Amino acid sequence: MEHYNMNLNLKVWRQKNKNTKGAFKMYRVENISSEMSFLEMFDVLNEQLIKDGDDPVTFDHDCREGICGSCSMYINGKPHGPWQANTTCQLHMRAFKDGDTIVVEPWRADAFPVIKDLMVDRSAFDRIIQAGGFISVNTGNAVDGNTLPIEKQKADDAFAAAMCIGCGACVAACKNSSAMLFLSAKVSHLALLPQGAPERTTRVQNMVAQMDKEGFGSCTNTGACEATCPKEISITNIARLNSEYIAASFAD
Amino acid sequence: MTWKQVFTSSVGKKLVMGFTGIFLVLFLIVHVGLNACIWAAAYDPNDQGEMFNKAAHFMGSNVLPRILEIGLFAGFFLHIFQGYLLTLENRKKRSIGYAVAYADGSKWYSRSMAILGTLLLMFLVMHIYHFWTPSRLGGIGNIQPLAEVEYNGVMHHNLYAEMRNVFVGNTLIVALYVLACGSLAYHLLHGFSSAFKTLGIHNKKISGLINCVGVGFAIIVPLLFALMPLSFYFGWIN
Repeated sequence: MEHYNMNLNLKVWRQKNKNTKGAFKMYRVENISSEMSFLEMFDVLNEQLIKDGDDPVTFDHDCREGICGSCSMYINGKPHGPWQANTTCQLHMRAFKDGDTIVVEPWRADAFPVIKDLMVDRSAFDRIIQAGGFISVNTGNAVDGNTLPIEKQKADDAFAAAMCIGCGACVAACKNSSAMLFLSAKVSHLALLPQGAPERTTRVQNMVAQMDKEGFGSCTNTGACEATCPKEISITNIARLNSEYIAASFAD
Repeated sequence: MTWKQVFTSSVGKKLVMGFTGIFLVLFLIVHVGLNACIWAAAYDPNDQGEMFNKAAHFMGSNVLPRILEIGLFAGFFLHIFQGYLLTLENRKKRSIGYAVAYADGSKWYSRSMAILGTLLLMFLVMHIYHFWTPSRLGGIGNIQPLAEVEYNGVMHHNLYAEMRNVFVGNTLIVALYVLACGSLAYHLLHGFSSAFKTLGIHNKKISGLINCVGVGFAIIVPLLFALMPLSFYFGWIN
């Protein structure tokens, strides 16, 4: 695609901390290259703000390769912006045209309180993982990966679920602020594998209990989470989580 | 995990919605099948609603449907009560909303189950007032009892005549019934398959089948229901 430069209007959510009220502020950025990533465009804005003596916009980022799940931003009414199966850091400015106004908001959910501007506290996800998203193993020599036979389809499904990077876009997209796609991906990938079997029952019980404690909503199967997920985690995982939970509810 | 913990968890609350939803779907099958007997009058001029009245009489006089009727009221109550509770709870999870809503990722009717359900609840009140109240409670206090008709020496409520009274010439009532059928169609379009997902059906072949059946059910059943008042209104049956 032909390279081009653009001038943009940004409507960005600014909020000092979680206890203060935030508001939108308009900014203008000029000569933005279509080759830049969305975060690089924000770097340009921040350079400009620092030069002018203003407070730069705070946002989360780390790898900038679409694999760590750090970046967030709700761009023009969609988590991670307009592209499909994409993270904000991998969203490139060629997705926009000269003169566009882009509205940028933080993930909105009470379980993800705003720390500052576009950065939210996603430690609720960490606590859900701590509640059961792991397998307990005896340490010792590393076991050869092929000693446990696993059905190809199950291995593939488990891997597809394990693709979840825990970015929280599912929560941001859901009208109920539900974390069920995240939770179901974590429960599914271990439930499908023999290594996850010993803690299968307690895992789903504890993780659902923790999710509820963190203040996420319940799932109404609208599919918004799946549609926005940068890793295309399937909503089928949620149905699998439900069946895991039903089976666990009959356990003593 | 105790049963209390199960049914007060977010997944458990949805299970109640799913179970009661499927129970109400089963009720719709019985209801539409029974009511379809009115069309016997369309091809048999001697019927005059006899087949329908007899079927309704069976449901009203047999002990099993009467017990199921209590279950039906309980099912409706649980589904409605839990539905509102969940809607309110879920709304509270996002105190500050978005400036630009995310609409592309889901269907409008999937996001509007509470509104569609509220329309259905309003319809239900009117519908019970039209038919259930005079049939079951007629004669108590000021409630006018239904006219009766005799078949083989047994007196039957003439619900067929009651349908004619309610629908013939009443444009507003017929329009409200047809609109309610539209709400039901969209409510089912999401609810049918969603209920099975909530109950944990994740096998691709089975869920694919359920999705197809769900779409068919959501179109056919409300369409049949809508045709009932229209049949009286337009004189397709008398």
